[in-house]
Amino acid sequence: MNTLAAPNYKRIYVWEMPVRLFHWVNALCITVLIVTGYLIGHPLTLFRSPEAYQQYWFGTVRFIHFAFAYLFLFNFLMRLYWSFVGNRFANWRTFLPLKKVQRHDLMDVLTVDILQIKEKGKISLGHNMLAGLSYFCLFLVGIFQILTGFGLYAAMSKSWFAGLFAWVVPLFGSDGVTRVWHHGAMWFFIVFIVVHIYIVFYHDYVEGRGTASSIVGGWKFEREDRIKPDSF
Amino acid sequence: MTNASIWQIMAQKGYSRRDFLQFCTYAAALSGLDYAAYGQVVESMEKKPRPPVVWLHFQECTCCSESFLRASHPIVADVVLDTLSLDYSQTLQAASGFQAEACLHETIRDFPGEYVLLVEGSVPMKDGGIYCTVAGQSAEDILKESAKHAAAVVAWGSCASNGCIQAARPNPTNATPIHKILHGPVINVPGCPPIADVMTSVVTHLLVFGRVPDLDRKGRPREFYSRRVHDTCYRRPYFDAGLFVENWDDENARKGYCLYKMGCRGPVTYNACGVTKWNEGTSFPIQSGHGCIGCSEDGFWDNGPFYQHLANFPGFGIEATADKVGLIAGSATVAGVAAHAVLTNIRKRRVIDETQHESADMPREV
Repeated sequence: MNTLAAPNYKRIYVWEMPVRLFHWVNALCITVLIVTGYLIGHPLTLFRSPEAYQQYWFGTVRFIHFAFAYLFLFNFLMRLYWSFVGNRFANWRTFLPLKKVQRHDLMDVLTVDILQIKEKGKISLGHNMLAGLSYFCLFLVGIFQILTGFGLYAAMSKSWFAGLFAWVVPLFGSDGVTRVWHHGAMWFFIVFIVVHIYIVFYHDYVEGRGTASSIVGGWKFEREDRIKPDSF
Repeated sequence: MTNASIWQIMAQKGYSRRDFLQFCTYAAALSGLDYAAYGQVVESMEKKPRPPVVWLHFQECTCCSESFLRASHPIVADVVLDTLSLDYSQTLQAASGFQAEACLHETIRDFPGEYVLLVEGSVPMKDGGIYCTVAGQSAEDILKESAKHAAAVVAWGSCASNGCIQAARPNPTNATPIHKILHGPVINVPGCPPIADVMTSVVTHLLVFGRVPDLDRKGRPREFYSRRVHDTCYRRPYFDAGLFVENWDDENARKGYCLYKMGCRGPVTYNACGVTKWNEGTSFPIQSGHGCIGCSEDGFWDNGPFYQHLANFPGFGIEATADKVGLIAGSATVAGVAAHAVLTNIRKRRVIDETQHESADMPREV
């Protein structure tokens, strides 16, 4: 029945170990930070009658939030380092449309995948340019959360490290205002997660190249005739 | 009278040496000094001529002065108001008109680099400052002139420190805190009003040490503003235990649980209310069952409502918290994603079919 020969696919190691590790640690951190952060903003009514000395759950929630904030920060710094020493798919240049070919790719993704006014376009190997830009935004909002979060934390911590962020709150005027922004920016992550997971499923479904599993094993698949030395 | 020391004046007024020493102990303790510094306090009060004080009032409600009058230790108010030579204070001076203005100019002329300038109220900067004038001079001009030769400048209360209510949106007079007008260091003592004992301690510190106390990044004395109301709140254990008042008239409110969910600003407010308390250490808002409204914080009036934990999100009109804005954005995203998924199955049908046809044929089982 199949008149055409099935095309030859090559296996390409796209996401190196540190990139995958970063991804999952980051995902865990963001999830925990959203849940604990939301609870800090809107504590649940869990107990009715006990005395204060019998429990410490809200203190524990805050502790988890602060602990995962540290993990988020250092994981973030590790990825920043890897964007200079990792393979070309992990390089910092893939997050910004610096080259003409990247800007073409951006237009392709917008017209083919998002608006779907074009049927087919070039498919990138690593993350496409729009995805790269969305991660760049994620990094920026991540930095914003690190600054405002540790800025708020500085006043209640004796550690020199948190003290490095003491300059942030005066920029916003007060702790109250900083907190509103810190809380509001959480919604960026929620929106990002929805879009990110959907888009991964979309690419996997339409292109059939193992996009979803690539962040587990690191491998993607591409037709032999489409692989070029400057593919990204 | 400006050359006499505090002790000399107290003695004149009939206070005993014991009263004086008690007062010094109190002043030292309140200023957070340890016992070793006690001798220094006594010596300063005994020997140093008290500095002349100029107390200016601009756009304010005089609640700072009112608070100051209610300092815990009766001698503190007595000493500071009567014996700190209060050369010029629009509210308290006996003189008026040209005589009063002459006092101000004489103090500035006769004691350059010696007098302490205390400022209560914000300064309107719009339209040439016509919204607050005294004796035909704008607040800005008076402030700049008085501050030029002052030994130290203290901003009393939130108006002078951060603009307070006058500077709340839309700030019709462009009310400006004094540290944004003056170039030199300003000691900010925010609060609406600030705690009386904090005010007297700042004055005591200036008097005893002759220099500005240790200030934080926002120009506030660290001694009183380095900790949040939350950190010294007696209801803090309920916060850590996750026990909150849910309604003003519920059982939890009666039990004195944490007021966090009722919008208490204690966790974001730097002040000493939980330690020094008010009205001779009687109580403070949270102890009376009402949340802190954060009156010593920048823009506290704009960060309402007071009875809601998270302030309204700026730029989205009234009654829009960050969570409402976020929930709408989140729901719109989910809806958009769902619509896109449907669209994909229609528009990309051919591509998906092609991909499926690319699949290598598996040999059929016979």
